[in-house]
Amino acid sequence: MAQTVAQPTTTTPVVPATLPLKAIAPWAVFFGILMLVLLYFVGAEQGATSVVSGEDVHEWVHDARHLLGFPCH
Amino acid sequence: MNSATVRNLLVRGMLAGLAAGVLALVVAYLLGEPSVDSAIGFEEAHAPAHGHEVELVSRSLQSTAGLATGVLIYGISFGGIAALAYCFALGRVGRFSARATALLLSGTALLAVYVVPFLKYPANPPSVGDPDTIGKRTTLYFLMMVLSVLLAVGATILGKRLAPRLGTWYATVSAVAAFAVLIGLAYEFLPVINEVPGDFPATLLWRFRLSALAIQTVLWGGFGLVFGELAERMLNPRPATVPSGRSVPAAN
Repeated sequence: MAQTVAQPTTTTPVVPATLPLKAIAPWAVFFGILMLVLLYFVGAEQGATSVVSGEDVHEWVHDARHLLGFPCH
Repeated sequence: MNSATVRNLLVRGMLAGLAAGVLALVVAYLLGEPSVDSAIGFEEAHAPAHGHEVELVSRSLQSTAGLATGVLIYGISFGGIAALAYCFALGRVGRFSARATALLLSGTALLAVYVVPFLKYPANPPSVGDPDTIGKRTTLYFLMMVLSVLLAVGATILGKRLAPRLGTWYATVSAVAAFAVLIGLAYEFLPVINEVPGDFPATLLWRFRLSALAIQTVLWGGFGLVFGELAERMLNPRPATVPSGRSVPAAN
């Protein structure tokens, strides 16, 4: 019988190297806050709280706010 | 070097979020907008008294450019946040490749950021919701979202800690069970909100909520696949393929 040679059919996943927390922290703090501010304007501005007066922001993202699941009106 | 990796992943996360946002926008426009229009029709039929306020933004703008603004910013923002979470998760959550980690993270994010809060405080179409309770509803919704995300992070850490003692399988089951029990307690003890008008069509509410769920599934699913691909290519660049073993003559 022909000897079957065990072949590595699937390569084991290469576990990626971890990134040190020190390298992540400045990006996480700065961009994390920036992204949360953007989400606030899409999701909650001129609803329960207002930074900009009026209703324009609320009305502009009205449909997105309903469809993305944020409480509206 | 590592800082550059974080920056590159962040940029890719935001781009993947934008791409996923475009997909979600298509779903929102095709599946969601008809329900929004029907709900606004219901609202106008039932409250003709103050139905003629000054319209700041027209319906046709709200359902196109306005919707696009909201969904795309949502996609980019969550893409960026997810990419930063990915930097923490990479190589720390278990033996997963770069691509698998991305899909695992986006699946978990779909559950923790959206599905878990949605099951307690589901998305509501126009004309459902009392304007006087907007403050309470907003607080409770964001509280549920923050709680769910923090508990998901906590469960991940718990699972990591238990893994050496219980093995990966039982550690994962225990961590997920702990998450489910705590979320169950939150469901039980946080106040119920039901402001659906008695004569609001049940099928319309159901369709609206299903479309809201579909938007998020497409958004996070699309993000996981696109970002996973971009991250994999960035972290494990494939060596330039040698064309079928034939030696290429050096050009003179």
